[in-house]
Amino acid sequence: MSGLNLIKTLKEIPREELLAPGHRLCAGCGAPIIARFVLKAIEGPKVVVNATGCLEVATTIFPYTSWKVPWVHSAFENAASTASGIEAAFRILEKKKGKKSPKVIVFGGDGGTFDIGLQALSGALERGHDLIYICYDNEAYMNTGIQRSSATPKGASTTTSPAGKVIPGKLERKKDLIGIAVAHGIKYAATANPAYPIDLFNKIRKAASVKGPTVIHYFTPCPTGWRADPSRSIEIARLAVQTRVWPLYECDNGVWKLNVNVKKPKPVEEYLRLQGRFRHLLKPENRWLLEEIKRDIEANWERILKLTGLS
Amino acid sequence: MVKRIGMNGDTAVAYAVKQADVDVIAAYPITPQTIIVEKLSEYVNNGELNAAYVPVESEHSALSACVGASLAGARVFTATASQGLALMYEILYIASSLRTTIVMALGNRALSAPINIHCSHDDAYAARDAGWIQLFAENVQEAYDLTLQAFRISEDKNVLLPTIVNLDGFILTHSLEGVNVFEDEDIAKFLPPKEPIQPIDPENPITYGPLGLFDSYIEFKKQQAEAMKASYPHILQAFKEFEEFSGRSYKPIKTLGMEDAEIAIMVLGSTAGTVREVVRKMREKGEKVGTISLTLYRPFPEEELKKVLKGVKVLAVMDRSYSFGSPGAQLFMDVTATLINMKEKPLIFNVIYGLGGRDLVPNHVLSIIEKAKEYAELGEVSEKEIWIGVRE
Repeated sequence: MSGLNLIKTLKEIPREELLAPGHRLCAGCGAPIIARFVLKAIEGPKVVVNATGCLEVATTIFPYTSWKVPWVHSAFENAASTASGIEAAFRILEKKKGKKSPKVIVFGGDGGTFDIGLQALSGALERGHDLIYICYDNEAYMNTGIQRSSATPKGASTTTSPAGKVIPGKLERKKDLIGIAVAHGIKYAATANPAYPIDLFNKIRKAASVKGPTVIHYFTPCPTGWRADPSRSIEIARLAVQTRVWPLYECDNGVWKLNVNVKKPKPVEEYLRLQGRFRHLLKPENRWLLEEIKRDIEANWERILKLTGLS
Repeated sequence: MVKRIGMNGDTAVAYAVKQADVDVIAAYPITPQTIIVEKLSEYVNNGELNAAYVPVESEHSALSACVGASLAGARVFTATASQGLALMYEILYIASSLRTTIVMALGNRALSAPINIHCSHDDAYAARDAGWIQLFAENVQEAYDLTLQAFRISEDKNVLLPTIVNLDGFILTHSLEGVNVFEDEDIAKFLPPKEPIQPIDPENPITYGPLGLFDSYIEFKKQQAEAMKASYPHILQAFKEFEEFSGRSYKPIKTLGMEDAEIAIMVLGSTAGTVREVVRKMREKGEKVGTISLTLYRPFPEEELKKVLKGVKVLAVMDRSYSFGSPGAQLFMDVTATLINMKEKPLIFNVIYGLGGRDLVPNHVLSIIEKAKEYAELGEVSEKEIWIGVRE
């Protein structure tokens, strides 16, 4: 394990940009933030594998590319297995030919991670490949036009879980990705959020220092899909943490730690109100669903407090 | 130096892969290829092969891992069959479009339903449009030889396309034969280490697999089409070099009696041996019959086929698969499309046989020849599609 070079201030973040501007991601999108942070935080040779999704299509429209590092896209559900092959190849080529192995970084959206790519991710985690898997979770299939995924939160209106007169949006809970990842016995897994950049940066560094698979589950504001003001993405991201909707925590070698303890949470309505996908929840007829969501948020918070030894 | 070892088709393929000093194997078990990957894991775990064996959780991931490994510059191998190939289908096209040099052994097996583990060519045909070079072995020796040649062909700088080596499920994968194998140290004379073209290199970053829309996609596909066509002379060159190396001759098309045949049977895979035996006996009696089998299925050897079919009155094309709702099964369509613009071409009919491992016996071949003679006399084909070996 290389020495952990964690930062305390934003000024310590390297200025070099390995994701060139000019890509076609939407204004206010959270995905390029983590892509840039990952490329800044991980030192030395690296290779990026990208599942099909917004980040992939918007950064590599032939003949242009935003990536100043080797970048591979194969398909939607197989980023983790493509990365497994790259990692295995470099591992053996290093042994046979002395070719230095780069760090392998994988980006997958929530569709490519929670749903169609879950099997490939599970396989890669179980086999113990040395890679960092980053799920940039914007909570629906945004690239195809805002369809529900298993990462879509309860109550959200999407094009395949619309807020209708009988069914007011998605009624099922979001999957626990970190729980699934940790169940594989991996050494590091964490949630992250762009409104907490130092925490985000250091989590990438921690993940990169591990020999073996690691998972970062990153909150990715999507103004287009969430029907929100692009200039308020970071505010929404911060509110997600402050309302306990998106707890920031990590599991480091089996030790759970809460990174931001939200002792006095803001009302969840403050978070919901800024997003068109949740607006229907504030209507009186959907009060029952809002109450259910509030209970879920508190139950999840209590669960994490227990895990992290704070309750 | 050459030695003779008793091996089945699967162990022969595994032996060739070991001798090719492959770097990465990513595979998932499926009958009838499983012995290949079992044997390879054994080589790796016993230190006989210095390779990474990636025991993936599905065939889809097997081929995906192979794509990544090949782009990283490794010599890469996988093996599968039927359902496994079907699960890989999406990645077959990506593997060829990204110009990887993956070699895959395909233990040909029927597609479900009903589930069956025995031989059909459904899987090989399913890959026919996907941009892979395809070779067919007729016996275990060929399975060994073609596996070595597949690496040589795929990794040729003028080719850079993945290759499938087909071997009939059970008939070849599980049949024991004496196989002439080379000494390990001699292999490099025919198959030097892979020299990757534009591999993943952090010092020279490349974007692999970008988005290509209507302003670039068709150009990519045209280039790929040209690459497949242009691979042909290099495949011949590899065959030639292998002959110099081994003394064993490989050609895209194998024939018997085609110099004067009026009736001909065309077939793929292990059945060629049975057909050839029947044809040989008939020729001894003075009958003008001949047989054609393909070692190279993709790129399809059109010009050679046209040449050998000159003077043939009736051609029976045997397919160990079926293409539902099509004007004929797959090889039949390949052949008819090849001959479409020839002025003088034979009458052609399609024989469906052997599905799911149903035996083909010499009497079946005789009945096909009888049918062909009948059509020759009639001067027309009364029944374009014949199924043989089916219980009434």
